[in-house]
Amino acid sequence: MIANAPDPVESVTLFARLLRDAGLTTGPERVQDACQALLAIDLAHPDEVRFALRAVFVTRREEGPVFDAAFDLFFSRPGGEGKSGSVPGRSRPLALDPKQVKAWMDALGLSTSGVAREVEGPPASSAGYSAQELLRRRDFRDMSWEELASVRRLLRQAPWRVAERRTRRLRADRRGTVELRRTMRSAARQGGDAPQLSRASARRKRRPIVILCDVSGSMDRYSRHLLVFAHAIGRRERVETFAFSTHLTRITHLLRHGDIDSALDHVAEQVHDIGGGTRIADALHTFQRVHARRVLGHGAVVLIISDGWDRGDPDQLGREMARLRRTCYRLIWLNPLLGSDVYQPETRGMAAALPHCDDFLSAHSVDALDTLGKLLAELPRRASRSPRAGAAALAASAGAAGS
Amino acid sequence: MNISADAAQPASVDAVVEMLGAHDYLCDRRLATAILVSMRINKPLFLEGEAGVGKTEAARALAAGLGARLIRLQCYEGIDLAHAAYEWNYARQLLHIRLLGEGADRARAEQDVFGPDFLLRRPLLDAIDNDDAVPPVLLIDEIDRSDEEFEAFLLEILADFAISIPELGTIRARRPPLVILTGNRTREVHDALKRRCLYHWIDYPDLEREVAIVRVRAPEVSERLGRQVAEVTQRLRGLDLYKVPGVAETVDWARALAALGHTEATPEALRETMGAAIKHQEDLERSEEAIAGPSGR
Repeated sequence: MIANAPDPVESVTLFARLLRDAGLTTGPERVQDACQALLAIDLAHPDEVRFALRAVFVTRREEGPVFDAAFDLFFSRPGGEGKSGSVPGRSRPLALDPKQVKAWMDALGLSTSGVAREVEGPPASSAGYSAQELLRRRDFRDMSWEELASVRRLLRQAPWRVAERRTRRLRADRRGTVELRRTMRSAARQGGDAPQLSRASARRKRRPIVILCDVSGSMDRYSRHLLVFAHAIGRRERVETFAFSTHLTRITHLLRHGDIDSALDHVAEQVHDIGGGTRIADALHTFQRVHARRVLGHGAVVLIISDGWDRGDPDQLGREMARLRRTCYRLIWLNPLLGSDVYQPETRGMAAALPHCDDFLSAHSVDALDTLGKLLAELPRRASRSPRAGAAALAASAGAAGS
Repeated sequence: MNISADAAQPASVDAVVEMLGAHDYLCDRRLATAILVSMRINKPLFLEGEAGVGKTEAARALAAGLGARLIRLQCYEGIDLAHAAYEWNYARQLLHIRLLGEGADRARAEQDVFGPDFLLRRPLLDAIDNDDAVPPVLLIDEIDRSDEEFEAFLLEILADFAISIPELGTIRARRPPLVILTGNRTREVHDALKRRCLYHWIDYPDLEREVAIVRVRAPEVSERLGRQVAEVTQRLRGLDLYKVPGVAETVDWARALAALGHTEATPEALRETMGAAIKHQEDLERSEEAIAGPSGR
């Protein structure tokens, strides 16, 4: 234990190094805090040592278990008796018990093996203007891999930006309301009698976007491109992305990788149910219970990208959709199948979900995604708070899109 | 190392548990350790946890235990300097300038008008610029409701216990306040802010502790009733609810039952008063099924 360690500062430093390997934030400042924290408590009490170090090094709830695993590993190190093993990512191996290493690997999520991915061809060199025009309308389903590479470029250059909302902060604006602090300063300087009024109005910020992308088997041909789309707009907007088929997985951090190919590889590795069945209602439920409070603030726009083939209970889906609609600024459903001429939103899941959507759009081609972009750029207020009126408008828009 | 062992401050983890307990706040050793370390190394403590686990209450009990003033700042979106730290008293400033009349020295006037007399002190300035015998406890409540700009502003205060006012200069705390920040996790707080704090996640208490909390906070509730209600809420937390009832809800629920004259938490009584703990229509249905279950013993 640390109480009988020859030099507590050194063991804290070593321990911090282990934590850094595990992905926690450390640094000299934290180490110093940790040493001071140890002076405040009773070192003979193992729990107090753990709790004190935990208060210093852990900065979010998820790090708790990792910290505990690291603490157990480091401070119960059995002298020289332990067999040799090493923690991945460490430059020098520690003398470790294999069992402890296993627990450690589990805590770090390193014991899971990656999922094999498809092999990709090289991207096309360049595409002429007319070829681009064609590509814009082509269904993603019918494209070759080379064509898709140029689609990515098109998506990245898409000119639209997401609509803004008023924040409660101010910026100088001649047509805004009077701002007293600035006015006073200039008044004091000039004599105070006829103050020149400084004005300010609400600063505006772009709305955050939340994308829920269906990666189940039936969406096979589209999900990859739609993830490309999510990646492309994620480069310049505030986007939270989730993938679902039977489970919901947050993939925002995976898509943050600048290179789309490595980003998609990460997704393939981390999302274990790619190509599985669809349980939209369950996915939405998990989303609302676990993530919604964190990502739906600030007037967020929610995009659900799915074909609506749902194996779950349509009533449950309807309930989840109703709730989701109440908690976001706008709820948009993108259905790639809507692009085909014969499609009618007849699947039971889709029918249950439709009345709660603000917009129902296709997402099968670059053009379709452009339409979405324009909608996002304008984002007019909801026509009505009542879902029924929304449904009527939807029927009209679905008809128009299908024609 | 600037470790100040105040006479008033508790000396050990057990002393912290005892001090908070004396003010009706039952905490575990983990939280007590975090509080002790925070006091000793003068670093703000960031308490995160679900709604109703007693984050705000911890700060309140701490202030009471130390005999310190509790200065509370409730955060919200768009909160800014004028609401959180200080504002100039514009009306007085204007009046002052007009009273000076024509011939007055304008540069002087400006200097006068931006002096301490014309400053309206809001919670943060109040906490930093204090003359209290015991340093106050500054509670920055629900920091996750504020926006990034405000977080950035807090960095200076949390790291140096100082506020810079352009017209006046930097005001430094002579006796730094004890700072407690709380958050619900409606969004992730920036790492730069967390780096300046100690962190503690408050979990739901186990059954025994929850029963004890109900007993302390609602003395009118019988041991038996308190235990039954705590058992039910603990079970409800295992359900797939949108909004899981917190400890505050358990206490409210037990109170509601006691107020209606119930001495036992029968399924009917629980159902009638369920609104004290479950506040979403969808959750009500699920909870009702669960209540009809094993608590009917």
